[in-house]
Amino acid sequence: MKARPIVWLTWGALIFFMLNLVGIVGAVVTNSFAESWFGTWLPNGYTGKWYGEAWRDYRLLDVLAVTFQVAIAVVVISVLIGVPTAYALARRNFPGKKLLNVLFLLPILMPPMTYGIPLATVLYKFHLAGSMAGVIAANLVPAVPFVVLTMTPFIEQIDTKIESAARMCGANTVAIFTRVLAPLLVPGILAASILVLVRTVGMFELTFLTAGPTSQTLVVSLYEAMSSAGIRPQQMVDSMAVIYTGSMLLLLVIALRFVNPTQLVTRLKDPA
Amino acid sequence: MTALPSLRDQRSLERASLKHRLAEKGVDRVLWLLVPGAVFVVLLFVYPFLYGLQLSFQPKGGGNPFQNYITFFSDEYSAETVWITLRLGLPAALFNVLASIPIAFRMRGRFRGKRALTTLLVVPITLGTVLTAEGLLAFFGPTGWFNRIWIALGADEPAKLTHNYWGVLFSLVITGFPFAFLLTLSYLSGIDPTLEQAAATLGASKRQRFRTITMPLLAPGLAVTFCLSFVLAFSVFPSAVMVGNPAGETHVMSIAAYETALRDNDFAMGSAIAMLMALVMLIVIGVVLIWRTTLYRGATGGKG
Amino acid sequence: MAGQRFAELHLDHVRRVFGDTVALKGMDLTIKGGEFVALLGPSGCGKSTALNCLAGLLPLTGGRITLDGRRIDDLPPEKRGFGMVFQNYALFPHMSVRRNVGFGLSMRKTPRAELTRRVDEAVRLVQLEEHQHKFPAQLSGGQQQRVAIARAIVLEPPLVLMDEPLSNLDAALRLEMRTEIRRLHQSLGLTTVYVTHDQEEALALADRLVVLRLGEVQQVGSPEEVYAHPVNRYVAGFMGYRNMIPVTVTAQDDERATVRADGVELVGVKSEEVADSAVAAVRPEDFAVVTEAGENTLDATVEIVEYHGREQAVEARLRDGTQLHVRTNSRLAPGDAIRLRVPVERVLVFS
Ligand SMILES: Nc1ncnc2c1ncn2[C@@H]1O[C@H](COP(=O)(O)OP(=O)(O)OP(=O)(O)O)[C@@H](O)[C@H]1O
Ligand SMILES: [Mg+2]
Repeated sequence: MKARPIVWLTWGALIFFMLNLVGIVGAVVTNSFAESWFGTWLPNGYTGKWYGEAWRDYRLLDVLAVTFQVAIAVVVISVLIGVPTAYALARRNFPGKKLLNVLFLLPILMPPMTYGIPLATVLYKFHLAGSMAGVIAANLVPAVPFVVLTMTPFIEQIDTKIESAARMCGANTVAIFTRVLAPLLVPGILAASILVLVRTVGMFELTFLTAGPTSQTLVVSLYEAMSSAGIRPQQMVDSMAVIYTGSMLLLLVIALRFVNPTQLVTRLKDPA
Repeated sequence: MTALPSLRDQRSLERASLKHRLAEKGVDRVLWLLVPGAVFVVLLFVYPFLYGLQLSFQPKGGGNPFQNYITFFSDEYSAETVWITLRLGLPAALFNVLASIPIAFRMRGRFRGKRALTTLLVVPITLGTVLTAEGLLAFFGPTGWFNRIWIALGADEPAKLTHNYWGVLFSLVITGFPFAFLLTLSYLSGIDPTLEQAAATLGASKRQRFRTITMPLLAPGLAVTFCLSFVLAFSVFPSAVMVGNPAGETHVMSIAAYETALRDNDFAMGSAIAMLMALVMLIVIGVVLIWRTTLYRGATGGKG
Repeated sequence: MAGQRFAELHLDHVRRVFGDTVALKGMDLTIKGGEFVALLGPSGCGKSTALNCLAGLLPLTGGRITLDGRRIDDLPPEKRGFGMVFQNYALFPHMSVRRNVGFGLSMRKTPRAELTRRVDEAVRLVQLEEHQHKFPAQLSGGQQQRVAIARAIVLEPPLVLMDEPLSNLDAALRLEMRTEIRRLHQSLGLTTVYVTHDQEEALALADRLVVLRLGEVQQVGSPEEVYAHPVNRYVAGFMGYRNMIPVTVTAQDDERATVRADGVELVGVKSEEVADSAVAAVRPEDFAVVTEAGENTLDATVEIVEYHGREQAVEARLRDGTQLHVRTNSRLAPGDAIRLRVPVERVLVFS
């Protein structure tokens, strides 16, 4: 088959994009290991000391612990709230369902800043801003709708007759959820959890707006470190960024074991 | 049998309890499951949003409830943020969607290394804005690798690609492209390939098949992809600060809203800017989705 | 294993409406303990609706259901304690055969030892010992069907409901499973309500048939009654093939009607008051080919003959053009003029 210009163009553009990407990442990684690097092709010496210093100076252990706690709390709560909601939305047609659907779609469609600022204001009013609870609450806003959207197709593909059969065997609603639906939904719940985890760890705006000094997640302290650069060497910020990317990459690799890459984005079927 | 007294019918109709009539409309105990979700969305989304809305009509200095909005539009520096944000968001979203079509097309079907390539394209999701920003500053900076090559190729002076519009646009492409690509890919793999084969047997060329079969089926998905990419690009905040020129050429709405609300402590004005942001957002999405309703949106024959 | 017997289950004017569709128009039915009742009717007549109402899976729009005088239509399905076999089996895909069968028992918090014993017994009863550790996806259709049956009967429910349980099976397996279901019913004595659109299946299995049409009960009776004495034209047409000969009623008393068909006089039985213009329903095998003239005879010309082994299927035409299907042992050929006689009690006259 004769390759047409468009094919060459596509691959060419892709390779150019990739080369730049490699350069961008490479520059950061190189700098994080550089003794010092000013105006030359390569640094004039390599060292791993910046990682240790960044770890200590930015108190990354604490930050990682906070990140982990926030992410896990968001995952657990959003699954507990989102799965039952998705179930009711998938199984029943009731008056007002359209409105509820829209309400669960909006937090995904809205820029986080638009509801983040009023939400931060409200949290300040209730003295929740700056606390871990406030950060978790803010991160739940896009997480719960995301779980609902991810779970709905999984629930729809379970035959309602199976639930009827369980009922006929004497199972009550709780038993149907724990013994029949939950095991069948495990793949879906796993996918949704991992995706929420990745998104929460990477969520900047909402955490930034609501976090205090003790409730910062990794992204936010990274941003703060970068904006207050000058006090500390650039290499420390870069090594912290590499740590962040490394942990995200780890999460992504784990995620891709369980979910199809296209699920990383969303399982939006038909909004509106 | 048909002529049984209708009196009995009457009686049994009356006996149909309220519970049964509600169940008929889909209202039964299952709806209790919605309570946590509904409480959540009202408490953490609807209420703050409405609170912000009413706060935006209570300007800090009192007086005209529309004062915040008037101030926003009469001050050129803040009014311009709308245009600045759109000028970044629309091209970034458009580029990401358009670029992902041919690439997603190449990724259909099976070939060696497909999984590796998909993963490679998805990796930028993990970079995060800070590493991207640091990287852009270092790589595209005046003494970065890119400009060294650029000058080695014969340019007179280094290209200025950071701390301006271009830096932010690059950052938006790097972070936004994987999303657009994955979405497009999932919509594209939802289209049954036998449709194209059928068109081929009817004598349609590659180009004709793309134009008459694939594109019309893909277009609604692309509309959604565009909307989501636009949301992502429109929200731009950290990269506009770090690789842009936050006081000038990349003074986007997010920065204006954030600085007003949390730095200047004028929550009313900050909320007003946030509301305007939501409004612009909804207008763009609304236009796209209205255009989308004119497209065919039925089954695409694939596995979905 | 014998189900907890009840004396009488009573459906009193049970109605069910879906939006504008009336799926069940006030059904009255009494089911006695130990009976095998078949609900029979064409697709969309409300059979599944009736069964789901009985099970409690669908709330009633009106009417009531009582079990030995106790009202049960407001109980949720899990409190009624009935067993059900679904058309597509609805096995739990994530549980082995044994776990599927034991599910209901574990819901009832049955002690471990008893659960094991009863599951063993049920699995043996449906002859699935070899497959008891497999998962539903690893079983054939017939085996899945047996699991579904075992799951329903292991609880020894007072009532077993079956919704077209054989319709997904191939013809041979359907016959085999039919016998199996009958055998289980006889050995366990479980009261069963069985939904089918296959009249042959209903006749073979049931003690009593309920014929439904458009959400209304047409006739309730034993298989012989319904087969030989349908109460109306619709049931007559549905229960095996019958020739429907248009006739004019000339005289009628309480049991019999005299009608004119094709210029000759016929006498038949009737179960309802008939109007002047009516039909006479006669089965193909109830015609006898005779030579001499006599009571209740029709003259016809043979048009098509099909050889079916012992007998022949003949398509004949009356002088007025009405087509008749006849089954006979006599050897006939196309073009033959024949005389057909039919006994009075086999001519059913309906409006
Ligand atoms: N959930 C529903 N919503 C609306 N109409 C329904 C619903 N379920 C059944 N119906 C209607 O009620 C009528 C009876 O349906 P039912 O399922 O009881 O038929 P059936 O006798 O079981 O038919 P089949 O032999 O095809 O299973 C049909 O006209 C059907 O369209
Ligand atoms: Mg049915």
